[in-house]
Amino acid sequence: MIWVDTIAQGVLLGGLYALFAAGLSLVFGIMRLVNLAHGDLIVMGAYLILLLVTLLGLPPFLAAAVAMPLMFCIGWCLQKFLLNRTLGDDILPPLLVTFGLSIALQNALLEGFSADSQRLPTNAMTTASFQAGPISLGVMPLLTFGSAVLVIIGLNQLFYRTELGRAFRATSDDATTASLMGIKPANIFAAATGIALVIVTIAALYLGLRANFDPNVGPARLIYAFEAVIIGGLGSLWGTLAGGIIIGVAQTVGAAINPEWQILSGHIAFLLVLLVRPRGLFPRAHD
Amino acid sequence: MALLQTIALTAHYGDFQALFGVDIEVSEHETIAIIGANGAGKTTLMRSIAGVLKNAAGAVRFDGVDVGTLPAEEIVTQGVAMVPEGRKLFPSLSVEENLLIGAYGRKGGGYWTLDAIYDLFPILGDRRHNPGTALSGGQQQMVAIGRALMSNPRVLLCDEISLGLAPVVIKDIYRAVPKIKKSGASLIVVEQDIAQALAVADRVYCMMEGRVTLTGRPESLNRDAIHDAYFGASK
Amino acid sequence: MTYFVTTQTPASRIATVAGGILILLLFALPFFAGRGTIRDMFFILTMLTLAQFWNLLAGYGGLVSVGQQAFVGAGAYALFALVILGGLDPVLAVPLAGGAALAVAVPTAFFAFRLNGAYFAIGTWVIAEVVRLIVAQWKSLGGGTGTSLPRDATRDMWFVELIEASLGVRSAAARDILAYWISLVLALATIGGIYWLLRTRRGLALAAVRDNVDAARSVGVDAARMKWIVFLTSAFGTGVTGALIYLQKARISPDAAFSVTDWTAYVIFIVVIGGIGTIEGPIIGVLIFFALQSLLADYGSWYLMTLGVLAIIVMLVAPRGLWGLLSEKTGLHLFPIRRRLQGGQLNRSEDTP
Repeated sequence: MIWVDTIAQGVLLGGLYALFAAGLSLVFGIMRLVNLAHGDLIVMGAYLILLLVTLLGLPPFLAAAVAMPLMFCIGWCLQKFLLNRTLGDDILPPLLVTFGLSIALQNALLEGFSADSQRLPTNAMTTASFQAGPISLGVMPLLTFGSAVLVIIGLNQLFYRTELGRAFRATSDDATTASLMGIKPANIFAAATGIALVIVTIAALYLGLRANFDPNVGPARLIYAFEAVIIGGLGSLWGTLAGGIIIGVAQTVGAAINPEWQILSGHIAFLLVLLVRPRGLFPRAHD
Repeated sequence: MALLQTIALTAHYGDFQALFGVDIEVSEHETIAIIGANGAGKTTLMRSIAGVLKNAAGAVRFDGVDVGTLPAEEIVTQGVAMVPEGRKLFPSLSVEENLLIGAYGRKGGGYWTLDAIYDLFPILGDRRHNPGTALSGGQQQMVAIGRALMSNPRVLLCDEISLGLAPVVIKDIYRAVPKIKKSGASLIVVEQDIAQALAVADRVYCMMEGRVTLTGRPESLNRDAIHDAYFGASK
Repeated sequence: MTYFVTTQTPASRIATVAGGILILLLFALPFFAGRGTIRDMFFILTMLTLAQFWNLLAGYGGLVSVGQQAFVGAGAYALFALVILGGLDPVLAVPLAGGAALAVAVPTAFFAFRLNGAYFAIGTWVIAEVVRLIVAQWKSLGGGTGTSLPRDATRDMWFVELIEASLGVRSAAARDILAYWISLVLALATIGGIYWLLRTRRGLALAAVRDNVDAARSVGVDAARMKWIVFLTSAFGTGVTGALIYLQKARISPDAAFSVTDWTAYVIFIVVIGGIGTIEGPIIGVLIFFALQSLLADYGSWYLMTLGVLAIIVMLVAPRGLWGLLSEKTGLHLFPIRRRLQGGQLNRSEDTP
């Protein structure tokens, strides 16, 4: 029966990875841009929340709510003034610019906050857990998973129920024709990255509440996020959740066999999926 | 006075010059047709007016204002909408969403609403929840026209709307033109089908190799003159 | 009037002579330079070699890998395994270590070639992580904490005694000099080899594949084969360089040998800042990189921040890098690859791009 518990923990962990991945998936889906600084932006978000917690004495959840509009602006400006200039047929500029950004951001965080591990303050409620049959459910993992599901529902609503969502999809299909509709692709892209950074803030909140973080943990988050996106199929948000769950379950099962195998098993699960379904589990019909 | 006019408009693709000083104009409530062989520059002209291609300042005037340097998204906001060549529906959007997005940049009412479009092309109402690309070619063309109309344009640019369609379907589509005219829009229709163009237009421009070679009212043009303007003088 | 096709330019002819003199000087360096200089030069030459191979991949092959540390680490660990477990002489183990990198490269390519563009980039990174995590399980090579080369193995290394005797230096310095000479040979062989490759029919095919896969395929270029050749060549070279770097360091750990910052980020910055898609670019890039490092070494993270920002600026303002700017302004080509029709009337337009 321990396996049931292990798998349940893995599914819940998958929620965290889906949160890491949702922003990446959103941005890729709309402008085919892979942001190699995504993991570092999550870490930056965690430090921003930490700053609000320590300076203003806000509880972490409130601090995250305050951080969201700030992060939206950062994302908007980042896209509008930097990343939009790299979009085009050549894949090198976006890759190298976001890679440069990743390194610069990591080291800026190191300079500002030192390499010491940090953690957002937790209270009894968030560290509590309860027993459901053979499964021990932590409040925090449940909250994380619930947030991931909510984020994905919210993004789907945004995509399929709002005018902005229509503009996202139209621009993603064909930016030139979209401009004939009065859509400014540069602003649509900026809004998309802004929203991605709002999701990043949510991911950052749980990153900081659940474990220690330091300026160097970004790249690993990027890799988990990337694996979840690829497993799910490019552009499919529910697929991204499924991908996150697969990585999460593979990691907890691997760790149950040998603690040193946790990360490795996640990567191997990713490679196996890639072997069987190169386009992921739920690929978009037209691409 | 002309509602929309081009003044010595030129266009380039890299080193290749596609338009050499084109002057055309369309007045309010007028329909003009632009005819010419493949490669005459008709589509380039449409793309220039719509702002997809960059123009020189002063090369395009709309409602007395220079719009030559405005990007496409501003042009449509001003009231010039285009039905692009090849329809270019958004595959991720349903029929209705394709129509709705046509109004993205220019709202604020006018004759054309979803209901008015469904009235114009009833088949689209039946298929409103289908993906745009699941429709037949003719129906897709109706969506593309409806999408452009949703911005309630003062000038509607129609680029080769009969291309690749069966004659009976073309007829269906052109049946909508009088209604569009009646809504108050001016039309610029690019056509390869000369008969169709002559039937619908108040005035015709014929283009060849990036230049206007002939212009006039349909009834004043004879076959030979059009033939020469179309293919070059061949006696 | 006769016409002929050439890749030579006047600048390249001067460069050949100057290059010859420079190479002689570099070989003679240990006779008059101190140990610190030799170590700096070793660092510059090995980074240059890594950069040339990454440039071959990304600049010429269009394969942007962020997982080169897999091959550095595989080569380095193979060296340690061959010396510690196999009892081989370290000097002999260096080229053999390239084989280990190849062994990692084949399955890597098999997976990574299923991904395109940015996804290829992160895919290679994931695989490098997998290799790192597996190597960290290798208990006889120290597991996660790593290990050192045994003293007697490095002391009895081939040529060391000879260098000690003939240059009158201590054993440690002699090892540095040996590593330096190997790195010089390796860097020259790499530059020469890549230059040769790019001037062959293969090289033309490579340029064609990079510019347009479909068009290249339609004129009969086997794009998949070119990708394999470039990827395996660069993995082999990177593995040998990794082995050499760790022969000199004599101490290894998985985190260091598979570091994405040291073996991929730095390398990418060198190539991007110098000029991607040229042989000259990485040479300029490594010199700038070294200068920046010497200037900013005391400022730790400021140094890397500067590099990151510099790479962003270069990519946006001068995507062909500093060499690209220079070459555009002056028409200078030290390693000309472009075939130009010469002779007859055409001579007048020589060297105007």
